[in-house]
Amino acid sequence: MIPTEVQLGYLVAAVCFILALKGLSSPRTARRGNLIGALGAVLACVIVFFERDLDHLVPILGAVVIGAVAGVIGARRVQMTQMPQLVALFNGVGGGAAALVALLELHDLTRLGDSAERFALAATAFTIVVGAVSFSGSLVTFAKLQEIMTTRPVIFRGLPVAFGGSLVAALALSVLVVLDPLVILGVVIGLTGLALGVLLVLPVGGADVPIVISLLNAFTGISVAAGGYVLDNTLLLVGGTLVGASGTFLTKLMATAMGRSLANTLFGALKGGSTLGGGEISNRPVRSGGPQDVAILLAYASRVIVVPGYGLAVAQAQHALRELVDLLGERGIDVDYAIHPVAGRMPGHMNVLLAEAQVPYEQLKEMDDVNGDFKRADVVLVVGANDVVNPAAKSTPCAPIYGMPILRADEAKQIVFMKRSMRPGFAGIENELLYDPKTTLLFGDAKDSMSKLLNAVKAL
Amino acid sequence: MTESVVWLTIFVLSVFVGVEVISKVSTTLHTPLMSGANAIHGIILVGAILVTGTSDSTGATVVGLVAVVLATVNMVGGFVVTDRMLQMFAGRRKPAPPPTGGDA
Repeated sequence: MIPTEVQLGYLVAAVCFILALKGLSSPRTARRGNLIGALGAVLACVIVFFERDLDHLVPILGAVVIGAVAGVIGARRVQMTQMPQLVALFNGVGGGAAALVALLELHDLTRLGDSAERFALAATAFTIVVGAVSFSGSLVTFAKLQEIMTTRPVIFRGLPVAFGGSLVAALALSVLVVLDPLVILGVVIGLTGLALGVLLVLPVGGADVPIVISLLNAFTGISVAAGGYVLDNTLLLVGGTLVGASGTFLTKLMATAMGRSLANTLFGALKGGSTLGGGEISNRPVRSGGPQDVAILLAYASRVIVVPGYGLAVAQAQHALRELVDLLGERGIDVDYAIHPVAGRMPGHMNVLLAEAQVPYEQLKEMDDVNGDFKRADVVLVVGANDVVNPAAKSTPCAPIYGMPILRADEAKQIVFMKRSMRPGFAGIENELLYDPKTTLLFGDAKDSMSKLLNAVKAL
Repeated sequence: MTESVVWLTIFVLSVFVGVEVISKVSTTLHTPLMSGANAIHGIILVGAILVTGTSDSTGATVVGLVAVVLATVNMVGGFVVTDRMLQMFAGRRKPAPPPTGGDA
């Protein structure tokens, strides 16, 4: 029996997790919320040693130290632009841990023989499958975001069959393990889960990957909750369920922000080649200009809207951009940043990146607030963004981003794109706006172009 | 049977709490919230410690220790990276500093 003090400690930790999620959903309390969650987690990890007599204390503490050092180094060193893939990675290892814990629990249950509780066995199988899906799925999203592999949907002829087959196999094996608990069956279930995770994420296009990270996050939560049932641990049940439920809800919110349904995100590419973007670079003429041309456009404008994108952050040009905006502001030009909900690689990612460059909060306008202003803007400066201003989202039903709400940059009097090349954006489709007669392109590395532009404006 | 119902009750209530507490989150905070929730499921570390501490074969202990390392990476890394993100949000809530640094 678990001592009452320990149970109460777990209750305190569970309350901390609820307060953490609550705090994280408001800007004022977010940081404190996160700290409360961390405190709850630390508390739980200390009192677990009082739950029952545990062996192997030294190796366990050693493993904790190794994991903590690796986690801190990863979290500290990562550049903010690469944060989505780090979150995916952390989520994946959590799922992997849940699957391994369930596997060991299965090992214990097998020794009970026929007296092993059927429902506990089913929950164990469930934890193994879902944890393994989360592990391998997250690794594939990591590879996509890190651009180790293509960011475009990967589909092959037998994919739906392979996916369905693995799903049926996982279910059948789970039934088998309930009837005849064997560790080797658990291992096979785990391998099937790994295959399922890969097959689930492969057909998802780059722009939709954040939604999938959120979904896999919820998966890990659910598998942790099931693991809690198996281990008779209420804290794992509550913590895992909280994450599972809020993660599922958050996934839905994100999908809505991108104008997609979850089913479309996951399986859209399977319906046929039509949802795949063109991807090829056409040779149509575009108008390109130098920093001086753009500087003149900006200096004679009275209203400018900046649309920052992931390319800005990759080039680390956000500080130079802020200088430019400050300079224009001093000249009496009205400048705002238009932040698309999914600018960057995840919802809210751009806010994090600009906050890093100390851009004042008041200048950041959310899409719904700023969209009416584009008509009155003299110049829209699109820096390293592409898909979020692509009119194809409104006009081309076969485009993979069709239906995604976009920033209506096309309504402005002049549009300036600062781009490295004509390469299409993360969604892999071409942007008609680049060929618009109102558009000027300023090619080059965003940071380099930005400092040239800054000097050109100063010289005027 | 009663005990299973208790577990089911905890589960169902947790689902409602989980959805309710984040129902008003703004898009700005989606990324930190996802990251924070991600850190919370690192609590599987508690399970990993329990199964490793009660393991009785070398193989099981090794697998358990791997789970402990993975779970700790998830939990510690998750909380630290979330804090790093939120630190930046906190910085910009102060009134904008006069643009002294920006006129080099």
